[in-house]
Amino acid sequence: MAEAALSRSSATELTADRKLPDQPWARSARVEALSRLDTLGLPHRRDEYWKFTRPDTLIQMPAPSAAVFHNDEKPLFDDMDRLRIVFVDGVFDENASDDLTLEGVKIERLATAQSDLHWAKDLYGKLEAAGQTPVPRTLAAFNTAYAEDGLLIHVTDKVSKPISLIYTHESDSSDAILHHCIKLDAGTELTVLENGPAAARFNKVMEVDIGDGAAFHHVRAQGRDHERRAVTHMFARLSAESVFKSFTMTVNGKLTRNECVIELTGDDATAHVAGVCVGDGDFHHDDTVFVTHDAVGCESRQVFKKVLRNGAVGVFQGKILVKNGAQKTDGYQISQSLLLDEDSQFLAKPELEIYADDVACSHGSTSGAIDEDALFYLRARGIPQNEATNLLTLAFLAEAVEEVQSDVLKEELTSRLDAWLARHRD
Amino acid sequence: MDDTLVKDGVDQETVDAVREVGGAYKHGWSTDIEMEYAPKGLTPDIVKLISEKNEEPQWMTDWRLEAYERWLTKKEPDWAMVDYPEIDFQDQYYYARPKSMMVKPKSLDEVDPKLLATYSKLGIPLQEQAILAGVEGAGEMPAEARKVAVDAVFDSVSVGTTFQKELLEAGVIFCSISEAIREHPELVRKYLGSVVPVSDNFYATLNSAVFSDGSFVYVPPGVRCPMELSTYFRINAENTGQFERTLIIADKGSYVSYLEGCTAPQRDESQLHAAVVEIIIEEDAEVKYSTVQNWYPGDENGKGGIYNFVTKRADCRGDRAKVMWTQVETGSAVTWKYPSCILRGDDSQGEFYSIAIANNMQQADTGTKMIHLGKRTKSRIVSKGISAGKAQNTYRGLVSMHPKAKESRNYTQCDSLLIGSECGAHTVPYIEVKNNSSRVEHEATTSKVDDDQLFYCRSRGMDEEEAVALVVNGFCKDVLQALPMEFAMEAQQLVAISLEGSVG
Repeated sequence: MAEAALSRSSATELTADRKLPDQPWARSARVEALSRLDTLGLPHRRDEYWKFTRPDTLIQMPAPSAAVFHNDEKPLFDDMDRLRIVFVDGVFDENASDDLTLEGVKIERLATAQSDLHWAKDLYGKLEAAGQTPVPRTLAAFNTAYAEDGLLIHVTDKVSKPISLIYTHESDSSDAILHHCIKLDAGTELTVLENGPAAARFNKVMEVDIGDGAAFHHVRAQGRDHERRAVTHMFARLSAESVFKSFTMTVNGKLTRNECVIELTGDDATAHVAGVCVGDGDFHHDDTVFVTHDAVGCESRQVFKKVLRNGAVGVFQGKILVKNGAQKTDGYQISQSLLLDEDSQFLAKPELEIYADDVACSHGSTSGAIDEDALFYLRARGIPQNEATNLLTLAFLAEAVEEVQSDVLKEELTSRLDAWLARHRD
Repeated sequence: MDDTLVKDGVDQETVDAVREVGGAYKHGWSTDIEMEYAPKGLTPDIVKLISEKNEEPQWMTDWRLEAYERWLTKKEPDWAMVDYPEIDFQDQYYYARPKSMMVKPKSLDEVDPKLLATYSKLGIPLQEQAILAGVEGAGEMPAEARKVAVDAVFDSVSVGTTFQKELLEAGVIFCSISEAIREHPELVRKYLGSVVPVSDNFYATLNSAVFSDGSFVYVPPGVRCPMELSTYFRINAENTGQFERTLIIADKGSYVSYLEGCTAPQRDESQLHAAVVEIIIEEDAEVKYSTVQNWYPGDENGKGGIYNFVTKRADCRGDRAKVMWTQVETGSAVTWKYPSCILRGDDSQGEFYSIAIANNMQQADTGTKMIHLGKRTKSRIVSKGISAGKAQNTYRGLVSMHPKAKESRNYTQCDSLLIGSECGAHTVPYIEVKNNSSRVEHEATTSKVDDDQLFYCRSRGMDEEEAVALVVNGFCKDVLQALPMEFAMEAQQLVAISLEGSVG
């Protein structure tokens, strides 16, 4: 507790010059988040929930610096028709962003939102608070308490083009905290794209409330800066017959912890969460997923693939919790890693916790090297070693990439992964 | 079963038949026998007393006292998914033995007939008869092939060990651990605590301080133990904890198959059982360890039952050593048990087959650890969990591939079956892979008893409970097949009995 208090006071000091959102609902959410922080404390490396990932550098004040990585790669999603919203080191960049008006959706900034934004009052910090049990995720509470900005997106219709959040990293010492809230009314649809390294250290929370029959698609690429650190939380609440699909591609980065907390509260809802990460060297990537089935006939799917080399570490902690009464649940979870050399590590804890009998839940987890037989097969057909390895690696990642709805995006992500593999070979 | 509960149209024969098999827990009776207790509670004096009663040398007393000191500093683990009222460790008897055992009987003929009757009622023959009673078809087998040597432990003391002479001719030492401490101190001293260190965990430390008896097995190099060895644990006394300690050493190139069974009377108060089993397997040796755990599970409202906190670990020290754990866990109110394998020698192998059945208010948190240290080590885990009533059943396991365990292999399969909507089935596997030439595969499924299979059985005239028992036995098949025959039969029947009352 002493340590948490220390962090909190130094955080208060650090954020003293920041202008925190002052709407009544934001202020009360902040007070509640601070009290959660005080009760639960910040994560500690001895916490079971942080068994495989050390939280120290995510908490440490000030944030460890990270050099900006310059590359000439064309930014992702560049050719798509989309509404661009740019944050530089966590600060909204009005000039680089498009006008925030789009049919079927109302977009506001947390920093400047109206004070009587009733829907935000019921969402901001609320899913995060609910997500503190059964395991505390206090870095998310920390976010609610100290977020300066973010987006409040209210979807009232099917939105014609994706909203694209672009996170640029320009300062070696930036410590960005963003908090987004997205509410989808019944029957609406929205796609959100996110890409970029964001900051030297990035703490992001996204709360998504999906109404009856609504569909939310999310595709994220966590950028190429080698030294950046990120802790992100996605809290989603699904109503009846709604759809939630999220895919994340992570290349590089020193430390990434992506938590996804999904609650299926309406019957016949569908939640898919998938991710690929490719890491070389000083790379630690943690996917922590917690899916709660609290309604009848819901389907959930978790597909995570990791390619690791030169001592890179991949972590997967996934849980399917089926509450009493959540009958006809279909829960699936797979986590696999491909270790390209001797030094890499894969640490996994795929969990099932089931209190209903009429369910079909399964999980699988594998880890190993590239299949020598498959490699031999390709080599025997005249494909050079490197190319054959890449081909097999891409095939390994494909099951997760397949979770992306759009073919265009699928192709673009695959070509990025291909390029990464080409760069990172012996 | 109350007569008023019988549904219309069910004839008396069925009711009687069900009553016959059922009666829930079969071994709930107790033996009325005069006991000698150590005073309640745990103090250094009690530890010394236990050591004294067992006529132990000083080094053993010191070992226990050190364990006691360590225990005082340890905290009871709380991470398992089990929930039980706090145990008052000072409100237990740590030593209880039948008065008739005060003078150690020289042979089985001198053992109190009451004790012998207890075991024969349990179906455990202490006469040196060739076959275990109650096994169908066993009579037709050549008697020579089916010999089983039994060590019977009653509360805190070993009542007797059969076939000792014949085993000794083969060079196998099979006796109670108290006897081994007296007769073979060099072996005990060398191996005791070398697999499960004194301060390994709260219950193991407690056990190290107060263990009263248990079994000791030493199989010398190159010897294939001529018969199955078996220990039968019986808790009889009230408010008494049983803390047994088993030490098995399989020297180079040897083989032994060991069976363990346990029961306890039906009582309203919960009782504590904290055992430690250590197995040392040297080069090319193989040990099979099978358990049918049938401690009293408590009644359907969760009253009474044994708290079963057990540390079991096998250390494959030599190359090509092999260990196989098979367990059928049907009893106990609370189970906390993770038989583990340390695969230290190159090419060593560990296997874990488990059936855990939790019915009514039972809680089971069980699984295994496979620690791969040596090259080309292999492990296989097959776990079948069945939950019924309001029970909670958790598989918790660890597969760890160390950086040096090149080209190792693990396969894990955990299946859970739920019967009824108020129970829970959970899977908590930890997988740690630190080299790339090893392959680790983990699979888990959770489902309910298949309606189609039930319908098939029902339409052929089986009643619902029978049909469920059949389907469950099918679900457990992989594990049942790994058991030695005597146990497989008992286990199959146990599976049916444990699920009694879970349907409808």
